[in-house]
Amino acid sequence: MKHLVILGGGTAGTMIANKLRHRLDRTEWRIAVVDRDDEHHYQPGYLFVPFGGYTHEQVVRSRHTFLPDGVDFVFGSVDEIDTGENVVRLDSGRALPYDQLVIATGSTPRPDQTPGMLGPEWRRSIFDFYTLEGAEALADALARFDGGRLVVHVTEMPIKCPVAPLEFTFLVEAWLRERGIRDQVELVFVTPLDGAFTKPVASAHLGGMLDERKVHVETDFLVERIDSERKVLVSYDDREVPFDLLVTVPLNMGADFVARSGLGDELNYVPVDKHTQLSTEFDNIFAIGDASDIPASKAGSVAHFSVEIFVDNFLQHIAGRPMTGAFDGHANCFVESGDDKALLIDFNYDTEPLTGKYPLPVVGPMDLLKETRANHLGKLAFRWIYWNVLLPGRPVPLPALMSMAGKHVPTTAPEKQEA
Amino acid sequence: MPTTTIDNHEIHVDDEGFMTQYDEWTEDLGTVLAAQIGIEMSDEHWKAIRFLRSDFPEHGETATLRRVATVGGIPTKQLFTLFPKKPAKKMAYVAGLPKPRGCV
Ligand SMILES: Cc1cc2nc3c(=O)[nH]c(=O)nc-3n(C[C@H](O)[C@H](O)[C@H](O)COP(=O)(O)OP(=O)(O)OC[C@H]3O[C@@H](n4cnc5c(N)ncnc54)[C@H](O)[C@@H]3O)c2cc1C
Repeated sequence: MKHLVILGGGTAGTMIANKLRHRLDRTEWRIAVVDRDDEHHYQPGYLFVPFGGYTHEQVVRSRHTFLPDGVDFVFGSVDEIDTGENVVRLDSGRALPYDQLVIATGSTPRPDQTPGMLGPEWRRSIFDFYTLEGAEALADALARFDGGRLVVHVTEMPIKCPVAPLEFTFLVEAWLRERGIRDQVELVFVTPLDGAFTKPVASAHLGGMLDERKVHVETDFLVERIDSERKVLVSYDDREVPFDLLVTVPLNMGADFVARSGLGDELNYVPVDKHTQLSTEFDNIFAIGDASDIPASKAGSVAHFSVEIFVDNFLQHIAGRPMTGAFDGHANCFVESGDDKALLIDFNYDTEPLTGKYPLPVVGPMDLLKETRANHLGKLAFRWIYWNVLLPGRPVPLPALMSMAGKHVPTTAPEKQEA
Repeated sequence: MPTTTIDNHEIHVDDEGFMTQYDEWTEDLGTVLAAQIGIEMSDEHWKAIRFLRSDFPEHGETATLRRVATVGGIPTKQLFTLFPKKPAKKMAYVAGLPKPRGCV
């Protein structure tokens, strides 16, 4: 009997278990999924929690119910991978031998990595919405907030769902307007990037949307520490941004056991081939989803599209054949923009988000890079699709590789920037 | 790909002036590129640039500030002093490497 061990039963790990159970011979392969808890969170739902949009029950389900028969759910925290012995060791001391290993333990917000973030102001005036507890605590704080400087902040890239901080900013602006206190609030968006987003066309577009909403943008700001006594963010080049309420996205990092096992880069992400997700070092280890170092968005959509390519590749790989599939970095994300509207962006390693229609050229029905109500409804519908179609590994009628059909390619080069 | 002439060498650059051919770079060229953005190279500067150069072929992309700090051993604060305001971009420019990807 051979063993496939999947570390992490989140978005990617669950989809892989569901898809591979149907494709691997049960008399030949045992599949185990390891996770430290039995709560599967629909993380995109966190965005709406601070505004009372989603309840706890709507974003959390029991993890093991999404795993198919014939897959062992192993409850435990991974302590280390022994790549010499091909064994995974858990905190409990239990050892799981593997023939093939998939690391799908995602990425986690780490407020402990910025001096001062976890000080006395944590969850008093400093909040995150990248955890459910954080989003819930922020809901209380927002309900009490009646004016002052509200700062939305990104610590460092890469972060999962790179558009989420922007979405939060758009939503909070609309929400303040709705409550009639927008005039009493100074809104600031602080980013380590040189614009609102990474890719030029989308960055210009989203930056323009921040301007329209009178959100001040502080760019190239790399936080060194938070002075919680004075309530200011301090950057490495000694700039200061004061706040009354800080909504920060802490540094995102891969799991610590990845580093302990000697498998990680400086942020504990596993270096892999960006087309096949196979470890650059070990021929029987893959890393999928947020846990890998591929230069694509850390997003559920990327996890989904890459799993589609991975499954066939994996079957070829264990049959001793070359892998013929190549993941292209395809991501697509809805961007909530407030007032029940959203934009949609679709891009990959080589092509930045452009305007146009999706998924069908001309017809759409979704508009790319444009605020529409249809996109917002698409975003809301996604929660149902996630629980009922994506996680169980059912086919989704969207191509895994990105298509240029329906996209408008700009004819002029993006504006020059100074070095 | 556009080309430009610097210090009598014809080099390939992208729209923003970042060099695109790893092998076209030399330390002399690095000194000229640095001067263009107002930086006079010292040993400390070279330490950072040499780390970036040696890391690139192995890693396939320009090291982030965190990587220069944790793997290259030069504290982030110092990088901001050596290459003021936009150290990641400025180091890549001087080292003749692609602009660091913004991490999508
Ligand atoms: C606020 C927010 C909004 C988002 N919005 C969107 C969106 O609109 N669209 C989109 O596509 N994506 C969105 N995302 C991103 C998306 O949720 C993630 O990219 C996706 O969940 C990644 O899947 P994954 O399987 O790699 O990791 P995860 O789903 O995070 O799963 C990792 C699993 O590993 C387990 N684990 C970790 N360490 C250990 C250990 N040591 N031992 C045992 N188990 C361990 C964890 O418990 C977890 O279950 C959002 C994320 C956030 C936080």
